[in-house]
Amino acid sequence: MNQGPYVLKLYVTNITPRIQTAIDSLKQLCQENLDGQYELQVIDIRENPQLAEDERILATPTLVKELPPPLRRVIGDLSDQEKVLLGLDIISGV
Amino acid sequence: MPLFTSSPSKPTLERLPSGIPGLDHLTGGGLPKGRVAMICGTSGSGKTVFASQFLASGIEQYDHGGVFIAFEETPIDIRKNMTSFGWDIEQWEKDEKWRFVDAGLRPQEEEFLIDGEFNLEALRTRIAHAVEQTKAERVAVDSLAAVFTRFREPGMVRRELFLIVEMLRDLGVTAVLTTELIQASGDTTRFEVEEYVADTVVILRNRMDHIRRRRTLEIMKLRGGSHQSGQHAMSITERGISAVSIGSYALDQPSTKQRIPSGNETLDEMCGGGFYQDSVTIISGATGTGKTLTAMQFLAGGGANGEKCLLISYEESRAQLIRNANAWGIDLEAMEKNGQLLIECAFPESISLEQHLDKIRLYLEEFQPDRIVVDSITAMERVTELEYYQEFVLSLTSLIKQRQVAGLYTSTTDHLSNVSSVTEKNISTLSDAIILLRYVESEGQIARSITVLKMRGSFHDKTIRRFEITKEGLQIGEAFLRQSGVLGGLRL
Repeated sequence: MNQGPYVLKLYVTNITPRIQTAIDSLKQLCQENLDGQYELQVIDIRENPQLAEDERILATPTLVKELPPPLRRVIGDLSDQEKVLLGLDIISGV
Repeated sequence: MPLFTSSPSKPTLERLPSGIPGLDHLTGGGLPKGRVAMICGTSGSGKTVFASQFLASGIEQYDHGGVFIAFEETPIDIRKNMTSFGWDIEQWEKDEKWRFVDAGLRPQEEEFLIDGEFNLEALRTRIAHAVEQTKAERVAVDSLAAVFTRFREPGMVRRELFLIVEMLRDLGVTAVLTTELIQASGDTTRFEVEEYVADTVVILRNRMDHIRRRRTLEIMKLRGGSHQSGQHAMSITERGISAVSIGSYALDQPSTKQRIPSGNETLDEMCGGGFYQDSVTIISGATGTGKTLTAMQFLAGGGANGEKCLLISYEESRAQLIRNANAWGIDLEAMEKNGQLLIECAFPESISLEQHLDKIRLYLEEFQPDRIVVDSITAMERVTELEYYQEFVLSLTSLIKQRQVAGLYTSTTDHLSNVSSVTEKNISTLSDAIILLRYVESEGQIARSITVLKMRGSFHDKTIRRFEITKEGLQIGEAFLRQSGVLGGLRL
């Protein structure tokens, strides 16, 4: 299951209460499922448009799992933990 | 034939000339500036080329920077594909004139969508960033269908689209957005967004006609001004899209009283002093009556007058033309060596009518002849329907008159003696002069006759004259004075 540290990047535009809820939910999800072996960066694309350009982000919020490969993106309601795990390829099909 | 309104009235919205040949005339000056135009078409209709050309023309002709938002094709593919039109996108990117916003999903990438709890603000931010950095005045988005497919929620996507359009308006750029047509004969796009979003809607079609694909461009809607309606012929050549329309040049060219030699002194006399510089003359006759000879003499006359000539031949090969001309004492090769003659031979079937027209336009622009011969114009008739043939002749005539190039078309009649044939009726009104070459029955023999049937704006000889073809070419003799019914009278 665990293949080394996870590098996750969350691209947002502005941190609304909803987004904050999602961030908290993600942190919890990572604690529980990734054995604490993770790094979660939150990137506000309004302040870093070049990063959005480099990663070709169109939608927000977008969660990108950079490591371990393969690269995966999840877009949408990130407080739905099961779907997030599925989308990040951390668990297989439910 | 497409319908068109009279010359478009003064637009209420300021226009941005697109730089795409023919389009600015059809839209009455260009696209509404600072607004959004939707370019709809089926796959293969040329949407991506249109979008690219809008930016390329902006850079080449007006020094407008451009941002290309690529949802469907990758920037790498677009750069590669567009070099065939001579657009060096990579260089423009280095010069900060062209910027891509790479908005596609690579095939190997996976994207997981959970519900509709997201928006496309990131895309908007990236677009705004790119526009501000390049100070772009033009934006192209290709294609909207890809956005709908990728994000799967039409309601959300439409809302976001609206926001993007608003943003583009705030940025002051003029934008073209490509989208898919449900079917070639319809005018509803696949996701039905155009009404809400666009000030201009252009439809590109690529349909089977006869035995060949026919491309058309239609301006379905244009806010803030009138436009030419109907489907207009369009072609994609090695220079990109061209939509030169019939109305582009017709009837607003200046007229001149300057005369030029026809290449035959007697014929000059019959025409009251020669042809006019800005005229189109039709030489009509059955096969073998001497049309090509007359056309060759016209070329020779131009050559002797220090003029440049363009010869378009749809009937004979270069070698045949040169050999036949030599037999009449006309040295085409010498004219070519002098830089006074350009010969282009082609089968009418080889390419579409629009492509033929575009080739000729290219020659006119680059070689800048004073005279043009088309031998024969009626060869085009056999490869298409009558209305497209008429359109072709009209467009060609407009093109050459605008440039005040003297034109001569040879026209083959169906019957050996009738005054006019069905197709000739359709093109004869276009011409300024008509010269008939006919076989006639005279005193128990078949003789050749020449007559100037029409010569706009000038006195001309009304007699029917006998002529012979000799080593020196056309030798015009006496009129058939004592006989009547000469023209209509031959029964074979």
